[in-house]
Amino acid sequence: MNEQAPLRIVLAKVGLDGHDRGVKVVSRALRDAGFHVIYPGLWQAPEAVVRTVGDEDADWLGISLLSGTHLTLVPRIIDLLKAAGLDHVGVLVGGIIPEADIPKLHEMGVSRVFGPGTPMTDIITYLRSEGSRTHA
Amino acid sequence: MATAMDRKLWARWQEEIEKSPPPELPATTVSGVAIDPLYTPDNLDGFDYDTELGYPGQYPYTRGVHATMHRGRLWTMRQFAGFGTARQTNERFKFLVDKGQTGLSTAFDLPTLMGLDSDDPRSLGEVGRLGVACDTIDDMRQLFDGIDIEKLSVSMTINAPAAIVMAFYLANAQDRGFDWRKMRGTIQNDTLKEFHAQNEIYFPPEPSVKLAIDVVEFCAHHVPQWNPVSVSGYHIREAGSTAVQELAFTLADGFHYIDQTLERGLDVDQFAGRLSFFFNAHNDMFEEIAKYRAARVLWADRLRNHYGAKKESSWKLRFHAQTAGCTLQDKQPEVNLIRVAYQAMAAVLGGCQSLHTNSMDETLALPSEHAVTLALRTQQVLAYETGVTNTVDPLGGSYFVETLTRQMSEEARRYFERIDELGGMLGAIDRGFFRREIADAAFAFQREFDAGHKLVVGVNAFQEKDEKPLDILQIDLAVEAEQVASLNKVKRDRSAADLSRTLDAVRRAAEAEENLLPSLIDAARARATVGETMHALADVYGRCEGAVV
Repeated sequence: MNEQAPLRIVLAKVGLDGHDRGVKVVSRALRDAGFHVIYPGLWQAPEAVVRTVGDEDADWLGISLLSGTHLTLVPRIIDLLKAAGLDHVGVLVGGIIPEADIPKLHEMGVSRVFGPGTPMTDIITYLRSEGSRTHA
Repeated sequence: MATAMDRKLWARWQEEIEKSPPPELPATTVSGVAIDPLYTPDNLDGFDYDTELGYPGQYPYTRGVHATMHRGRLWTMRQFAGFGTARQTNERFKFLVDKGQTGLSTAFDLPTLMGLDSDDPRSLGEVGRLGVACDTIDDMRQLFDGIDIEKLSVSMTINAPAAIVMAFYLANAQDRGFDWRKMRGTIQNDTLKEFHAQNEIYFPPEPSVKLAIDVVEFCAHHVPQWNPVSVSGYHIREAGSTAVQELAFTLADGFHYIDQTLERGLDVDQFAGRLSFFFNAHNDMFEEIAKYRAARVLWADRLRNHYGAKKESSWKLRFHAQTAGCTLQDKQPEVNLIRVAYQAMAAVLGGCQSLHTNSMDETLALPSEHAVTLALRTQQVLAYETGVTNTVDPLGGSYFVETLTRQMSEEARRYFERIDELGGMLGAIDRGFFRREIADAAFAFQREFDAGHKLVVGVNAFQEKDEKPLDILQIDLAVEAEQVASLNKVKRDRSAADLSRTLDAVRRAAEAEENLLPSLIDAARARATVGETMHALADVYGRCEGAVV
């Protein structure tokens, strides 16, 4: 892990889901903990998310979904990341994900799923311990 | 209020509490307001029963909007429902009526809420998932098929495309032979709170409000028993606001709708009595009760003294409450039943007119039949077993509750002043005031939670190792294909000439700044879809551009 440069993480709301309380709280908590956070706002298309990840040279992508569309949208984003040569970027999912779907997301390549009630320190500790796969 | 107090005894109590250990956790409300260990007549300096409380059904309505409140008539038990296709939701409606529910409440899916059709590429994966898909008047017909909508009151939660969905509803009702003047119900139609919190946004703020007021104006003339706006604090609170922010921002939205409707030349008494409200029922019982009481007082004061309304019905703030979805947890989900029961009791003690109790599985999915039945039973136990309906406003006169009610009113008034200073409602939206206030409050709560100052049972306290998952409702992925196929059939069978003629009329009416409902009703009958009609309006109004952060 590179100690000098802060980890760069894109946080994304995809699809039509407007529940943004969680993603905004996470944005602030990560920023306060010294991460470089890029949050482009609501209603991002999967293509736009992947473009942002590339343009911002992000180490991580955090996808926030509370509308139940994770099994449609997450694999789409992961495929687009691969197609763009960005498969070194770690993918996190936050929001409302039924227990039974979590192994499916892991299989698709998601590193961790953070559900409701997650303390911010859990996310921070996780990211710090994983660090960057880009600059490792 | 009597202030006769034995100072010696009071001093002794002071000494005793100073010696005793401080509370384990900070004694603050869920909104972070510090609460004293005891409230006494000292807190209610200058309290006057007649002007501050009065009698239920009388100004300023602190104790409730009806003389007998729930003793005379229970609140309406109204469970929000909608998923899949109109046919599936129609079945759920009939199931709920069969279980004793006394009103219907419709949840639409995200594409419908955002003004998109089921076959729009952005709708992929969302059709029928969080609510029912409604593309055309034919879906509306199916949704209420076999239901007597003159007898049952119907609520529809829809905002950006509310005028279009209302046109579907009215056209369908008329086609089925129902009398608009007898129909009762509510359309949420509150586009302002979308900009503060809920984020189902299509047009810029100004035309969004214009559309909402079209519904208010049309209903005032033609559908007089309908509530054309449900001014909603629920979503503001869910986005993380404090109780006072919920109260103040919601009432400020209501004032803006009144100002805009008055500009159309209506008298305040022609429509104010039909504006209804929708509040959250959160965890902190007394803070919530004070919030509802303060809301009634603030509204009555403004309507009577600022707007000069003469009719008492214009002064009365009537509200629906829903228990707080954001308090439900996915850990030990059965515990949600208990949260919901307390929240529901706060709403009832606060004098709600209708109530939705969340189902225990709603953090995980839309409610199963088992879960929704328990949620409804929670209300029935409250109504028929606990005795809380026997007397009106049983907490009236409580030193604590009256003090909180006063504090809430004062703080809300300070917010009204700040909004005015920012240039009124639209100016404050433009400056990002509401979103910033709400995000700050959400973050402050998260910090309290992370620090262990606020405990959530099963989450950061009293955790269980092995949890048994609930059986949850699965939405069949085939729903999307089924809905898109039926939409395609409607599009094939309709007259292209009628469609373009009626949509042109919608555009012309929008350009001429006429009330859109008549032309929207014609377009509904020509089978114009929600998405097509929104497009036609966007030709005139433009879209809300740019990222919403």
